[in-house]
Amino acid sequence: MTRTIMQSLRLILVLTLLAGLLYPLAVTGLASAFFPARAAGSLVVQNGRVAGSRLIGQEFNSPRYFHGRPSAAGGGYDAAASGGANAGPTSNALLNSVRANLSRVEKQNPGVTPGTVPVDLVTVSASGLDPDISPAAALLQVPRVAAARGLPEDKVKALVMACIKGRQLGLLGEPRVNVLELNLALDRLPG
Amino acid sequence: MRSFLEVLLLAALIIIISPMLGGYIYLVHRGEKVFLTPVLGWLERLIYRLGGISPQKEMRWGTYAGAVLVFNLTGLVVFYLVERLQGVLPLNPQHLPAMHPLLALNTAVSFVTNTNWQAYSPEQTMSYLTEMLAPTVQNFLSAASGLAVAIALIRGLTRREAGTVGNFWVDLVRSVVYILLPFSLALAVLLVSQGVIQNFSPYLTVHTLEGVRQTLAMGPAASQEAIKEFGTNGGGIFNANSAHPFENPTPLTNFIEMLAMLAIPAALVHTFGRMARNTRQGWAVFFAMLILFLAGAAGAITAEQAGNPLFTRLGVNQTASGLQAGGNMEGKEVRFGPAGSALFAETTSAAACGAVDSMHDSFTPLGGMVPLLNIALGEVIFGGVGAGLYGMLTFVLLAVFIAGLMVGRTPEYLGKKVESREIKMAMLAVLVMPVLILTLTALAVVCGPGLAGIANKGPHGLSEIMYAYASAAGNNGSAFEGLNAAAPFYLITTALAMLLGRFLPIIAVLAIAGSMVEKVPVPPGPGTFPTDGPLFVGLLVGVILIVGALTFFPALVLGPVAEHLLMTGGKLF
Repeated sequence: MTRTIMQSLRLILVLTLLAGLLYPLAVTGLASAFFPARAAGSLVVQNGRVAGSRLIGQEFNSPRYFHGRPSAAGGGYDAAASGGANAGPTSNALLNSVRANLSRVEKQNPGVTPGTVPVDLVTVSASGLDPDISPAAALLQVPRVAAARGLPEDKVKALVMACIKGRQLGLLGEPRVNVLELNLALDRLPG
Repeated sequence: MRSFLEVLLLAALIIIISPMLGGYIYLVHRGEKVFLTPVLGWLERLIYRLGGISPQKEMRWGTYAGAVLVFNLTGLVVFYLVERLQGVLPLNPQHLPAMHPLLALNTAVSFVTNTNWQAYSPEQTMSYLTEMLAPTVQNFLSAASGLAVAIALIRGLTRREAGTVGNFWVDLVRSVVYILLPFSLALAVLLVSQGVIQNFSPYLTVHTLEGVRQTLAMGPAASQEAIKEFGTNGGGIFNANSAHPFENPTPLTNFIEMLAMLAIPAALVHTFGRMARNTRQGWAVFFAMLILFLAGAAGAITAEQAGNPLFTRLGVNQTASGLQAGGNMEGKEVRFGPAGSALFAETTSAAACGAVDSMHDSFTPLGGMVPLLNIALGEVIFGGVGAGLYGMLTFVLLAVFIAGLMVGRTPEYLGKKVESREIKMAMLAVLVMPVLILTLTALAVVCGPGLAGIANKGPHGLSEIMYAYASAAGNNGSAFEGLNAAAPFYLITTALAMLLGRFLPIIAVLAIAGSMVEKVPVPPGPGTFPTDGPLFVGLLVGVILIVGALTFFPALVLGPVAEHLLMTGGKLF
């Protein structure tokens, strides 16, 4: 018994050194050698300072920007408190939040036909940091953004179309638009 | 239809990869030379020397079980100490204090039992050093422990007239050195190439386009993520787990993570076939698992893609088109969509992993019932590393026993007679799950502290509680996360379920190995029931479903089924 305990302790110490220190350090070494930008968080630098990560969604409220999905992470898009709302499918809380989001989207985007608001724009994501919206959700916002920026709708729509990412390898996942990348591209448009 | 392409691709890859990996694991555990032996052989020998282990020494089942228990208990103590001491240890840029004792205990139990139930929010609770020394290490060691027990059981079933079932230390060390560590290293780098982070930077404050400050949690995510999936552990470095873009940034990483979860559990079935000197025995078990897996995937994807009828009434568009995935997007990520999320849920619950890329609590009632049922069936649809195979083999013994009763012959498996002692032990292993899940759920719904933890009212509340105990007892680790798992009542009861759900079956399984290993195999006669054909696959699937249905049907009717019917009627809670 004592012998087994001693063997366990010695093995755990050795394996902790191996799996708990050497392994993560080796991964860190390889990662920073081959993919330094990705290992650091795919950060976006704008005007000399870090404006965010292209993988992490940000809160957008201005009519001049495309908006992302509702977020339940902290007070909204809190990237140090990720998570969803965990509302059940038949809960009043869920239906009330969807209803509120729906009327906000309809108010912010006058002219939206009832029954056409895409589901991702009125439901919270799993991480609360979803960087993407569906192409439908982006196209719905084109008239508002174009009006707010005084740009022709065609031009903004073309930008959205250019920002659509298709399925990966033509098969995996869903088509989507990265909101931060779209808004950065929008800011770069000569206008 | 398109959403099922990903399922078919996943199944095809598993069918191709698992025999190869299974053959590799077979060679590793026979101590034969593999392609990594020249690179890592010295490491294996060094670990034996430092650990004071004589690798030639064989163990009887009791000694083997004792070593498993002592090793895991020691690991638990070390884990707990790291959590409690993190405030004074380095690599803690956020200056996180020691974890609360009860939470630390629940977490230690959780990782040592390969459950990875997380009652805490990692980015607000655990320092980088703790993540590395505690969860990451136990992700390796708990997976290796499960793998070792499975190998010991296979030896028991396939060795001829022996007394011993192997050496636990050797099985453990070889699993870590040749299987878990090298593949995780490769997997981690692959994940980083897609955007999974790996750094020790302090949390980074950025100024968003609208000029607001946003703090990005950082950390050594890739190294943890790789073994988290490959060891079917499931505990993430972020609260949102594999839904967090830093853990699972692209549809490709989502797919790779699913593949990684299924890889070892599916491969072990073929390792079993090789050790039984009849690969068809392995394929029979494999197809029983695959049938159940595909059925669950079809159910979950259909339910989630159909969406929530209550949303449609509000005027929300859930119809899939070229411009949106549609479906039930509450608690899901756009890059995965309802189909990718449902397939991930199916995979994580079948493979006893517990990683989530979407919030199961917000699934439709029937969509959420699929993972719940997968777990409740005993985590044998591929199941956890090792645990899935040894769990499935206890069902195999039951199926053989039932077949024996039907034809009136003494049941036998792989030429060895299955007798009263083995069936008693198999029943014990199979009954642990329903007893723990139903008793603890019943307890929670009749007492104040249990009811206080519910986040969603109505039948959904029952589902939340039942999912929690199924996940704990089945060592899965996923959750209907609305439940307040951090309340003392749930910290204590889930820890209990995790411990009993892990170690009672392990003891029973090793006891079976111990008694089977001594038996003399007899050559198959005309009355032998073949266990390597489609008839047996059907029987095995039937036994699993009947046992599962009989035990859980009433509870499922009160939870998810009732909620589904009420939802279609427009009832809210």
